[in-house]
Amino acid sequence: MQLNSNVPDGPLESKWDDYKAHLKLVNPANKRKYHVIVVGTGLAGASAAASLAELGYKVTAFTYHDSPRRAHSIAAQGGINAAKNYQNDGDSVYRLFYDTVKGGDFRAREANVYRLAQVSVNIIDQCVAQGVPFAREYGGYLANRSFGGAQVSRTFYARGQTGQQLLLGAYQALERQIGLGSVKMHCKNEMLDLVIVDGRARGIVSRDLVTGAISTHMADAVLMCTGGYGNVFYLSTNAKACNVTAAFRAYKRGAAFGNPCYTQIHPTCIPVSGDYQSKLTLMSESLRNDGRIWVPKQKGDTRPPDQIPEGERDYYLERKYPSYGNLSPRDIASRAAKEACDAGRGVGPGGKGVYLDFADAIERLGIEVVRDRYSNLFEMYERITGEDPYKVPMRIYPAVHYTMGGLWVDYDLMSSIPGLFVLGEANFSDHGANRLGASALMQGLADGYFVVPYTLGGYLAKGGFDKVSAEGPEAKAARVASQEKVQRLLAIKGKRTPASFHRELGKIMWDYCGMARNEAGLKKALELIPALRAEFWSNLSIPGTGEELNQTLEHALRVADFMEFAELMCLDALHRNESAGGHFREEYQTEDGEALRNDEDFCYVAAWEYAGESTRPILHKEPLTFESVELATRSYK
Amino acid sequence: MQLRLHIWRQAGPSAEGMLKTYDIGNVSEHMSFLEMLDVLNEELMLKGEEPVAFDHDCREGICGTCGMVINGRPHGPASRTTACQLHMRSFKDGDEIYIEPWRASAFPVVKDLVVDRTSLDRIIQKGGFVSVNTGNALDGNTLPVSKIDADLAMDAASCIGCGACVAACPNASAMLFTAAKIGHLGMLPQGQAERSTRAMRMVLHMDAEGFGGCSNQYECEAACPKGISVDWIARMNRDFVKSSVVGRE
Repeated sequence: MQLNSNVPDGPLESKWDDYKAHLKLVNPANKRKYHVIVVGTGLAGASAAASLAELGYKVTAFTYHDSPRRAHSIAAQGGINAAKNYQNDGDSVYRLFYDTVKGGDFRAREANVYRLAQVSVNIIDQCVAQGVPFAREYGGYLANRSFGGAQVSRTFYARGQTGQQLLLGAYQALERQIGLGSVKMHCKNEMLDLVIVDGRARGIVSRDLVTGAISTHMADAVLMCTGGYGNVFYLSTNAKACNVTAAFRAYKRGAAFGNPCYTQIHPTCIPVSGDYQSKLTLMSESLRNDGRIWVPKQKGDTRPPDQIPEGERDYYLERKYPSYGNLSPRDIASRAAKEACDAGRGVGPGGKGVYLDFADAIERLGIEVVRDRYSNLFEMYERITGEDPYKVPMRIYPAVHYTMGGLWVDYDLMSSIPGLFVLGEANFSDHGANRLGASALMQGLADGYFVVPYTLGGYLAKGGFDKVSAEGPEAKAARVASQEKVQRLLAIKGKRTPASFHRELGKIMWDYCGMARNEAGLKKALELIPALRAEFWSNLSIPGTGEELNQTLEHALRVADFMEFAELMCLDALHRNESAGGHFREEYQTEDGEALRNDEDFCYVAAWEYAGESTRPILHKEPLTFESVELATRSYK
Repeated sequence: MQLRLHIWRQAGPSAEGMLKTYDIGNVSEHMSFLEMLDVLNEELMLKGEEPVAFDHDCREGICGTCGMVINGRPHGPASRTTACQLHMRSFKDGDEIYIEPWRASAFPVVKDLVVDRTSLDRIIQKGGFVSVNTGNALDGNTLPVSKIDADLAMDAASCIGCGACVAACPNASAMLFTAAKIGHLGMLPQGQAERSTRAMRMVLHMDAEGFGGCSNQYECEAACPKGISVDWIARMNRDFVKSSVVGRE
């Protein structure tokens, strides 16, 4: 496998404009002759499907939800970054680019990130035109707030429901195209495999979740916008159905997987309350604008928070990182919380929590202002915990939230399989080893609205697409393989449920490949995972059949892929002998416990190529070269 | 706590359904309602029985996927709360709980508590958007929107499309859902060009899908997990009447 990032030549600032200006084009009358499959209809997928249909391409889209409006992009709370500099506070495309590269601990591809910062401004304009009800100032102009990892105010928001409003904007644009007949939408349909003909991605195998029918769909190109794999940990802030299956199937068909070990642990989530816990809930990072994070100075201090005097509290983020304080980047804030709890200073049941306290904000701003800013989040917290955060500080703890790793893509967002494009969280490209807050929405929409409509055209314009049929040998083989897999799972008839295996796998991953990792732990995980997988394939129980709505079977199919994928993650984490962003290896830290990068040996993208069932995957390295920024040790002090 | 659950079981769209009774123990007050159902399902599976099918996804009250009628109320007893955000501290030891799917002819049952709500998407397809292609937009700040209008638009736009309003309505009307979208876009300058055609097409399609009309019961507002006001229905009716009189369709 030869990986070429295809980053165009020329100065960073003009690469994208020059490249667009010279891309081959498809004649408007010819666009309808090209058929594109879009898998996943969250921010990236819905925006891409709508934009491509507007251009005139024939689009077929798939989602496992009952409607495209359910995708988990909808749960993003805080906001979306854009280098508008409406606040006159010194923001610029370069500064957003630099903050993103630095926030990613210098492990992202420079040219992609610059392009992201450039198109960020167009995203806001597009969304406003669609009627996204962004927050406004009294004069009627767009409002901004601050987010972690930045010293300017560049985050646009719609209350605490920014992801919902942006997704509904893209969803409405998509529904408009469905109504016009330019997009054929398949809801409750899950991709199970990729079909490759003559070395190019030409179709997918999907399962109708209501009837169980497995069928093949063919096209000229496939866009995968299938989100992240945080649910490999079982407990995460992801929605229950989020999974790695589409991406992992593409990997097994030859797409390189980039940096699978880079996972983001979000510092402000509601702590686990019991074994029955099914998911974790995020409390928006925007709360850190006004909330102060602290733990008692004394180990094992069990007094209620209001009885701990100011002098006996440790506002550890403000102490350790005075210039960013409570708005330190997510990886840093998460590790600091873990450190405090590991030292026995955690609060709440089991000592797995720290306080996020609004008492000062309420005193400074008044309860009404705090209510105006955060009421929906405060209500959600109270609903889940039964505690009122206006009176008692919130208890929070880090939880798995986002995966920076994903399928490797080049500058065109095309994977190592020609014709397979990967957008949004499913690709690896823009966030390096750590994503800044309010950047996921930006990336998903950048890819879908403003990047792929150009680069896909460039690919299709090259032509050479022979007619392919769903009854061709490759399509048929892929379909039969998926059908056999379903039958194999149903035939095990063992004693354990998919959920119990998933929970056990998640515990292994959290313990050994979670917030802090070390060589011995990762090696242990690499022994435990295959053993658990073997038990999965011999002791799984799925009631019902494959020819009906069977949610247990759906879960089993997803867990089966997590079982294999988990190993790849651990391998990647084990090979990366450095700490970078969300990947913290205990062996590699500075004297004061900060991540210690090794630019000499690890300034590259680790792209893994599948090499067969029992063979170690092949590691390819895409060196990261930085022309416009200097590699520096991140400091938020 | 110990609970007795009466759950609607229906094998498929054309199968006959019935309430079946299940006893469940060791329910913690910190569990969410859906976590309680997870525990029940794990128990059923270990006994070799089919688990209860129910829709859910984000489990934080925003995706609109979950929905079930709990003791006669869509999403259960807590106000402004989706089923996934309802916690067992709303119940007490020994309670009997009746759990049923949304009931509306425009929402056919798929299995157990899962219903087909694609009719709501088809209403959106008739006009629940601003027709602006990608790349058309002017700078976001060229069009000031008063904070009051933006906030009101946001109130309407916070609809999660769960369908509780339909399930609560004695006429199974989708007026609140449709009015929320028409209201959201109609409050904003961006939505004015299509305001008249939007109201006409969406309302007519709502009828075509088999949703009933509004008879001012206001059950929809009471059941809405996002607290969307019935005032939006009045506003939609004005847009619709105006469109019928002066509209060019």
